[in-house]
Amino acid sequence: MRSLISGLISGLIFGAGLALAGMTDPAVVLGFLDVAGAWNPALAFVMGGAVIVTFSGYRLVRRRGRPVLAASFSWPTATQIDRRLIGGAALFGIGWGLAGYCPGPAVASLGSGAPGVVAFVVAMLFGMVLMRMIARGRQLGARIARSG
Amino acid sequence: MTPDMIQIWLIALAGGALIGLAAVWLMLFQGRIMGISGILAALLPPAPAGAGDRGWRVAFLVGLVLGPVVVAAVTGGNPVGAPVVSPPMLILAGLLVGMGTVLGSGCTSGHGVCGLSRLSLRSLAATLTFMATGAATVFVVRHLI
Repeated sequence: MRSLISGLISGLIFGAGLALAGMTDPAVVLGFLDVAGAWNPALAFVMGGAVIVTFSGYRLVRRRGRPVLAASFSWPTATQIDRRLIGGAALFGIGWGLAGYCPGPAVASLGSGAPGVVAFVVAMLFGMVLMRMIARGRQLGARIARSG
Repeated sequence: MTPDMIQIWLIALAGGALIGLAAVWLMLFQGRIMGISGILAALLPPAPAGAGDRGWRVAFLVGLVLGPVVVAAVTGGNPVGAPVVSPPMLILAGLLVGMGTVLGSGCTSGHGVCGLSRLSLRSLAATLTFMATGAATVFVVRHLI
């Protein structure tokens, strides 16, 4: 129960932050990515504010032995910069530039009920499932090849 | 710089600070990185997260949808803008975002906010890449086509 409440509060603060920052308006987001047009730098301030708070907050949180509601911290351990990372980020950026939605703001915009946002989120979920199935198939294939 | 611009930038900074606060909250209480694409993908097949790990993810997403509603109620404005491209384009974009974030293990929140805050070079590389292809896409769509 405490886990549900803490998840809800974190999501609520995130959604409120995105809305306040203008990230839930795709026109604002595309204005930021349009560096050759009427460039709107506001989102750089959003990123700046988020990183300053997270950088400082993470340093404080790291001093604790464990999180309040879980057994241990799950800090990412991957460090490799490979084709998967760059290729995936590139695809994501193209989609972001086409519509002006990245995953957080897209989900946060669902409250408006706009059919276009729903279509984007459904397609995004489908893309996630598809890519996870492809990744899983390749893992399986590699395992079969090793054992075969 | 006009006073209007300064006000817009201060609000953007405050919105960013809230996003950071949400990320710190999730690490402090759940011990998790606030990567929205990861939180979403872990709920989907194949191999969804175990039952014990599903609750906070779903609760987080519910909060995420409610956040802008609260902002709208407090400010009296509507912060959620309408989509600016056609439905087929939204579907294509959604597919690319979904596939790309799973392949690249993150999006603007996981790599952009949390990764940069951890001084991760991997996240810096991902962030520079999606910023660059995002800007290039807008350039092609708005200025070349």
